[in-house]
Amino acid sequence: MYEGVKAEADHKIDDAGIDSGIQALTDKKIESVITKFLKSETGARFKVYTDICVHCGLCADACHFFLSNDRNPKFSPSGKVKQTIGEIVAKKGKVNSEFIWKLAEIAFTECNVCKRCVMYCPFGIDVAYLMLTMRRLCHQLGVVPQNIQDTAHSHSATFNQMWIKEDEWIDSLQWQEEEAREELPKLRIPLEKQGADIFYSVIGPEPKFRAQLLYQAAVIMNTAGVDWTMPATPGWDNSDMCMYTGDYEMMGRLKRSHFETAMRLKAKRIVMGECGHAFRSVYDVGNRFLGWKMPPIPITHAVAFYHELLIAKKIKIAHLFEEPVTFHDPCNIVRGGGLHEIAREVIRYTCKTFIEMIPNREHNYCCSAGGGLINCGAPYKMKRVEGNRVKAEQLKEAKKKGANIVIAPCHNCHGGLEDIIHHYGLDMKLKFLGDIIYETMEKPEDE
Amino acid sequence: MHLIYNFVAGPLLWLTVIVFFGGSIYRILSILKMAHQKDIAVYAYFNPFYALRSVFHWIIPFANESMKKHPLLTIVSFAFHICLFLAPLFLFAHIILIKQSCNISWGYIPDIVADIMTVMVILSCIFFLIRRIRIPEIHYLSTRSDYIVLAIVAAPFITGFLAYHQWVAYDIISILHILSGEIMLMCIPFTKLNHALFFFLTRGYMGSEFGKVRHSRDW
Repeated sequence: MYEGVKAEADHKIDDAGIDSGIQALTDKKIESVITKFLKSETGARFKVYTDICVHCGLCADACHFFLSNDRNPKFSPSGKVKQTIGEIVAKKGKVNSEFIWKLAEIAFTECNVCKRCVMYCPFGIDVAYLMLTMRRLCHQLGVVPQNIQDTAHSHSATFNQMWIKEDEWIDSLQWQEEEAREELPKLRIPLEKQGADIFYSVIGPEPKFRAQLLYQAAVIMNTAGVDWTMPATPGWDNSDMCMYTGDYEMMGRLKRSHFETAMRLKAKRIVMGECGHAFRSVYDVGNRFLGWKMPPIPITHAVAFYHELLIAKKIKIAHLFEEPVTFHDPCNIVRGGGLHEIAREVIRYTCKTFIEMIPNREHNYCCSAGGGLINCGAPYKMKRVEGNRVKAEQLKEAKKKGANIVIAPCHNCHGGLEDIIHHYGLDMKLKFLGDIIYETMEKPEDE
Repeated sequence: MHLIYNFVAGPLLWLTVIVFFGGSIYRILSILKMAHQKDIAVYAYFNPFYALRSVFHWIIPFANESMKKHPLLTIVSFAFHICLFLAPLFLFAHIILIKQSCNISWGYIPDIVADIMTVMVILSCIFFLIRRIRIPEIHYLSTRSDYIVLAIVAAPFITGFLAYHQWVAYDIISILHILSGEIMLMCIPFTKLNHALFFFLTRGYMGSEFGKVRHSRDW
C-alpha cells in the first residue's frame, strides 16, 4: 500500500509545448481565461459531478495508473479531479502558471479518458469527461504538449494527422494497389467512385507507417466482392487528435470534412479501419459537436464489418489460425461501441484457440496509449509504460495460459501494447483482426 | 428548557421542512434548467429503459463489479442506507408524534428492531470514519467537510439512541436529537448529502449513454 503521498515531490517533465505556452501566461490572463471558461464551457454535468462526489475512493481500483503506481492516491481518478478541478473551483481561477503546468500534465498524460472508472463509481461520475474539460481549458490557455499539438496542427493544415499531402495519399493507395495486384491481378482500389455501397476511411498512420493494412483491406474488399471506394481528396482521414487536445472547433471541421466527402461520393455508409479513437470521434463525439445526435451516415467499424462478411459468407476461411490468441478489448469500440461479442465471434470463425484475458470486455484495462497519450510523444513514454504495469501482468497471465499472439483491433492499442510488451520483456506478437483474416481467408485463384 | 423544546419542535421544525423540501426541489430544478441551457445532450440521450437498467444494477447489492471488489464496504453501505431510511420513518415514537400533530399515520417497526438499526447506522459511520482515515486514497481525497458531514449524519442516531434509553439528561438529549435531525435534513440539499438527490439522474444518464449509444454495460 502506498504511503508516501506527502513526502513525494512533484516533478515536471520538460515539454517545449507546455513550456512555451506557460511563458506567454500571466496570473491575470489565467484567471480571466478560467473565469470565462467556467462560465461558458461548463454546465450541469460539470457541476453535478464535482458536487456529488462523496470521496468514497471506489474509482481508484478502476484506474491502471493508480494500480500501476503502487496505489499512489494522486493517480486515482478522483485524486486527479481533486488536483485539477478541485483547485480551480476552490480558488475561483486564481492559480499560477506552476499550477497550469501540473494541470496540463495530469489532464494530458495521466488519464487515457478510457471511462473505466465510470463503471466503478456508484454515481456514474464521468471523470473522462471532466479531464477532457481540463484539456479544453489547457487548449484555451495555449498550454498543450508539443507533439500532440503538432498533430492537431497537421489536422488543421492538411485534414489528416500525419502531414500527408494530397498526391502522397493517392500515390500510397496506387502503390498498395500495384503491390496487391501481384497477388490478385484484378484487384482495384477504386478512387472517387460515385454511389458505392461503402466509403472506406482510415487514419493518417496507415498510409504513413502501416501501408500493408491498406493492402490487406484491398484484398479483403476485392475478395468479398463489395462495392467500395476511397476518396482522392482530403476527408479520407477519420482520425482526430483535436478531440483530445480540446480544440473542438477543429474537431468539428475535421468530422464535417469526413462526412461531407462520403456524401459527395454518395456512399451509402462509411466503413472505417481498425481504429478506436477515430470511432469515438466519428460515432460519438465529433457528430455531436456538429449537431448530429447520431452520425449522419451509418458508420461501421472494421470489426463489425468483418463479422458481416463472415456471416454472409462473402469471406470464407481456408484454414484456422493455428497459434493460440488472446484479445485486447479497446476502450473506444467496447466501452464506446459494444463490439466485444462480435469481435469474439470473428475470432472463433478464424482462430483455433482463443484465450481470454482477465479482466475482459468492458472491464479490460486500457492500453495506456489512447486518449492522445501516445501522441504526447517521447517525453511521457516511460510514464505511460510504467503507469500500466497491470496491463503487463494481465498479458503475462494470458501468455502463461499459452497465448503468444495478442489481437488488438485499434491502432493506439497497438502502439501502447507494443511498448509494454517490449519494456516488460513479454515476447508476444501483436496483430490486427484484419491481419488474421488476411492470413486465414480463402483468396480467389489466379486466372 | 420547555421554551427551547417548543422552539426546536415548533418553528424550527417548520423551517426544516421548508428548507429540506424547498431546497431539494430548487437544487433539482436548477440543475435540470442548467442542463437544458448548457448540456442539452443529457436530454437528447436520456433513455428511461437504459437509465433504469443501470440504476437497478447499482441499487442491488453485488450486481456490479465495483461492489464485488469491496464486499465489506458493500454490506456496510447497504445496511447503513437501509437503516438510515427505515429506522426514523417507521419508529413508533415518531409515528405517534406525527399522528398527534398531523393526524396521519402509517405502520411502525418494533422498538427493538429500530434500536438495532440505530446501532447499525452508528457503527457504519464509525466504519466510514476509519476507512476515511486509514485508506490512503480515501484519506487523500478527504476534506474537513467530509468529516463534518459524517458527524451530521451520525448525530441524530447517537442522540436518538441515548434518548430512547433515557440513560442521561433526557431533556437535553431529546432537544439535541430533534435539533441534529433538523440539521441533517437541512444539509441534504446543500452538502455532499445531495448525492441522495442526484444519484438517479447521474446514474440514469450514464446508463443511457452506455446502453443506448455505446451498446455496453456500465456496471
